[in-house]
Parts: sequence; C-alpha cells; structure tokens
Amino acid sequence: MGNLWNKEALSRLLENLKKDYDVFAPRLYAGAGCYSDTDIVRYGIIESFDEIVWDEKSDYSFKEALLPISDTIMYFTENSVKIPEEKRKRLIFLRACDLNALKRLDEIYLHNGPEDFYYKNIRENARFILMGCSQSFKSCFCVSMGTNQAENYDGYAHPTEEGLYLELKDEALSTYAEDISVPRDSQEIQYVKENEETVPIPETLPENIASHEVWKEYSGRCIGCGRCNFVCPTCTCFTMQDIFYRDNENAGERRRVWASCQVDGYSDIAGGISFRKDQGERMRFKVLHKIQNYKNRFGYPMCVGCGRCENVCPEYISYIECLNKLSAIGGNSHE
Amino acid sequence: MMHVDVNTKKLKKNAFRVTKHRDIVASRVRVPGGACNAEVLAQVAAIAREYGNGQVHITTRQGFEIEGISIRDMAKVNEKLQPIIENLEINQETPGTGYASSGTRNVSACVGNRVCPFGNYNTAAFAKRIEKAIFPNDLHFKIALTGCANDCIKARMHDFGIIGMTEPQYDPNRCVSCSACIKGCDQLSVDALHMENYKIVRNTEKCVGCGVCVTKCPTRAWTRSRKKYYRLTIMGRTGKKNPRLGEDFLLWADEDTIVKVILNTYKFAKEYIDPKAPGGKEHVGYIIDRVGFKEFKKWALDGVELPPETIVKDNVYWSGIYFR
Repeated sequence: MGNLWNKEALSRLLENLKKDYDVFAPRLYAGAGCYSDTDIVRYGIIESFDEIVWDEKSDYSFKEALLPISDTIMYFTENSVKIPEEKRKRLIFLRACDLNALKRLDEIYLHNGPEDFYYKNIRENARFILMGCSQSFKSCFCVSMGTNQAENYDGYAHPTEEGLYLELKDEALSTYAEDISVPRDSQEIQYVKENEETVPIPETLPENIASHEVWKEYSGRCIGCGRCNFVCPTCTCFTMQDIFYRDNENAGERRRVWASCQVDGYSDIAGGISFRKDQGERMRFKVLHKIQNYKNRFGYPMCVGCGRCENVCPEYISYIECLNKLSAIGGNSHE
Repeated sequence: MMHVDVNTKKLKKNAFRVTKHRDIVASRVRVPGGACNAEVLAQVAAIAREYGNGQVHITTRQGFEIEGISIRDMAKVNEKLQPIIENLEINQETPGTGYASSGTRNVSACVGNRVCPFGNYNTAAFAKRIEKAIFPNDLHFKIALTGCANDCIKARMHDFGIIGMTEPQYDPNRCVSCSACIKGCDQLSVDALHMENYKIVRNTEKCVGCGVCVTKCPTRAWTRSRKKYYRLTIMGRTGKKNPRLGEDFLLWADEDTIVKVILNTYKFAKEYIDPKAPGGKEHVGYIIDRVGFKEFKKWALDGVELPPETIVKDNVYWSGIYFR
C-alpha cells in the first residue's frame, strides 16, 4: 500500500525529511554536459521532488551519492589524526539496476574481508527509494542480467498523473510522513520486462581468454579516459592521496578518490612497473571482472546491465558488442 | 531591343557581379552563418538552371554565386531570389528587388556548437543576429564567427573576428586527478593547466577559454560557464597592400557588447571614410590606419556597458606584410 502525493504534500514531506536527510536523486544539470549547450542527468541533492528526472536514465549512476568521488577520510598534523565529522543521513532515489548494484558495493566494501569504516558509516545511514521504470532506455539490458527487479528497498515511487505514487516501507521513514494527509492507493510496482538489447553472458570462456586476439582491436580504439568506470554503478576502485597543505606542510589530509582501471597509473607499482600498459589489456581486465572474475568469487556477475558505459564511450566502443563477441567464443546461457 | 544600358554601380550594390564575359553577370546569394535548409539549395539550383549556366560557386564567404546569368535577366532573377531572401530572413525594404546592398559582406561562421564538439556557442544564430543588426549597408565590412580558438573560419582575417570562449568551471570535489584535462590542454591548446596536491590549477592569464578541458573531463569536474564569452579580434584582412591577422580588442566580451561595437564602428566608418575613395569603398581597417586606433576605440566603445569581466586592450598594434 502506498499514497498519492500532490505537489504541496511532497514539498511538506521534503521539508520534514531535510531536517535529517540529504535527499539524492537523478536531476538535470543544465549546460553541464561534455559539449556546449548539452545537459547531463546525474545525482545531486534535490530541493523539490519536481527535480527528479523520471523520463531519462541518469548519465552517471547513484554511486556518487554513497561514495563521494573525492572524499577526505582523515586530517593529520604532527602526531594527531582526526576523522571528519559523520556525514548527514541520505535518502537515495534509484532504479532497480542501481539497487542491484548496491548489493555489489556492499559485497566489496562490507562482505569481502574487513568492513570498510567509511562506506559502512554512510551506508548505515542511507535509505533507498526504488524508482519504478515505466520504460527501458537506450542500451539497457537489465532483463538479461536479472537486475530489472530489486529487493531490500525502504520505499518505492513512480510518477502518476495524480501525483507521485509513494510507498514508504521503512518505519523510520514513515514517521516523516505522519503529519501529512494524503490519499491511500495501491499500485503495481513498475519494472522493465523487456529491453531492446538482449545481451548474452558468456558462460564457459576458454582458459586462454586473457591472451585471446579479441582484445587486440581495443588497443587502438580505447583512449583510456575512464568514463566507462566513472559512470558504472558497480566499479568500486579507489586510490589514496595524501595532501600536505601548501602553507603548512606539517598538516594535511588523506583523500580517497575514485580510480579507473582504464586510466594511466592504475596498475603502476613501486619500481616504475606497470602491469597493464595496453588499452586492450585494460579492456580485458574490466570486462572479465564484470562478467567472469567477480562471479567466480561471489557467485553472480558484477555487471547490472545499466548500459551507461555503452552510452558514454566517446570512441563508440560497445561493451554489449564485446559481450556478444565473448559469447561467440565461450557460449552463453541464452543458447 | 538588343542594346544594354545598365548602371554597373547599382548592379553591384544589388549583389550582382560584372563578370569577364560581356553581358553576363553572376548573382550573389548571402547565407548568414553559412547555415541554410535544403530548400534554399533547391531554390538556388532552380535559378542556376533557368537563368544561369547550371553552375554554382560556393563562395569563400559561404554564399552562393550563381554563374552565367544574362545581364538582361537580373530583374527576373531578383524575383526568383525572393523566396530565398525570405527563407533566410534577410532584411529587405522592397520585396522582389533582390538584395539592397553588397558592401557589408555575408557574415560567415564555422558550423559551431550545432554540430562540432569543440564549438562554444551557436555560431549561425549569432551570425544571423549580427546580419539582422547591420544589413543592408554599403560600407565594406567583413565579419566572421568561429566556435572556438581553433578558428576554423579564419575569423582573424576579418574586420571583426568573433571567437567563442567558455570560462571553465572546476569542481574539485568531482576531480579524480586523471590528468585528461592537463594532457588535453597541453596537446590541443595552450598548456594552461597543472596539478597541485592532486587538484587542477588553471592559469587564468594563459587560458584562451577553448573548453578542451571540459570536453576531456570524464567526471564533469570541468563544466562550461553559464555565460558564453567571446574574443573580438579586429581589422584582419587580405589584399594587395598590407595583409594581416586581426588583433585582440576585447576578451571575455558578451554578445550585446559585440553587436554594439560593430554598430558603433559603422558610425565611425561613415564619419571618417575617405570621400574620394574609389567607388566609395574604403575598407574599415584602412580607415583606422589613417585615423588611429585610439579614435576608433573612442567610437567603438561609445555607450557600451562592458561586463566587469571583459578585458579591453589599451592599444592595438598590427603586424602583417607591407607591400607598399
């Protein structure tokens, strides 16, 4: 059961929520696209529920609402260290693909060896509202990945002509709605049942797949910009940066910053050695991690089929086409 | 009636050209910003087939020159030009009479941000705005607009060159220190970026506002300024006497300022043009050479309210090649 929220009720709800929560949702950043007079849709704090973009897929995933792109994790001076104040609670609106990606982030940061202190802090104070998908977007292949539906959400929402249909499942969240009277309603959860793209997931890749010639063409095509990683809801790699303040080198901070396996420097180690210099090798590393290596370890693929990497690549390298090629080599479950 | 009696002065002002072939003229169609729909092409083709010799020259200024027209057919061609003039919204006093002047040349533009990833603004739209403000006028002005500092239209060879700029906006919280902007600026532009403590520092003195950093950034740490900016270069030219590149006059200027400066320059040229100039035609650059930059500047900036961020060059010195 849920409720139908009109504009005025929503604005009161947001006022209530804002006392404790930053509400993150995909919103339009006008003029902030890569090219002149182009926009992007990415996650940001909303000031009105009207700002939520429903009719497009966000160019960047929800990930940045949970894992800041560049995050100061400690300040240090001489013999003392200080951890930054805890971040505000956050309420995050996200689609089924991204909610399935959350499971992958949890796997890496919470269930894969020691828990990550910083991720855990934000994660425990985060609540998630599943956004209904009334349509499949360009390059979406969630159905192929089994990520078109999601579980473990604290609320559900989709827009209707009468207002926002909202189910608040989480008790704590419901308290923010208590003093607002809105008509009750019951609607089906919207999810995508069919995508334009049906993507075969390679099942039994040969042992020598790492040295297979299928990767060679990417050596010349990929420019190593890392966009595919930065838009991906499941890429979790970061690097550390220690900064000594320019005016006082006895004080500084440590930052955790998103890293990309496609960008120079990722596989550099002491002694000036770099493991994967060639972009083809980097492509291989990324793609096999998404559909094979992670799966070998955790039992399900990392990729959630959101298709953002496909949409963002400035060199028109199709990840979907790559999976097609791999399936031709190794067979797939759809056969 | 076999004989031809035509006032060539009027013919030229009506945007026809006297050609090397006796009794044959060419019709010059202006296309502001070099942007037109396919209908215009069909209309040009129809005139070329019916009144010309079937041949059309695509001019350096992005117009069409319809070749091989009989000098007797000019009135008919003017009638046929009417739908083109209306399609392209060219200022006109009397419909059916063709173009009212030719001194002020077609305002040219590169393809700009309608298509090009580097373009910092809609060049054709701005070109049309300028055309609307200045045409028709017999004074000889050449204006070109280019989307970015690459200057593909060669705006610097014009009396007024308008070069699109953006003021890059940097959000350090979105920066992953990937160096794509630094490499891009170094390889494609002026090397105005460097890293300090893993974040980017932009040398604002060096930056030409090309926007390469923005197009290279994979995380939207770099974005374009909301306001669009322009570099205005002045008095570049080709020609027999002293071909030269235009020099910077205004940096980080806005559209309104540029339109006002151009209109003011028409007043300046009208005031100071050599009354004995052959055919009443003296290029504005040569007028400034005679009168002096400071006097031009006084006229050009008259009544102009400059945005606070606009840099005005105190003085301008041209170089170029001197043949006389």
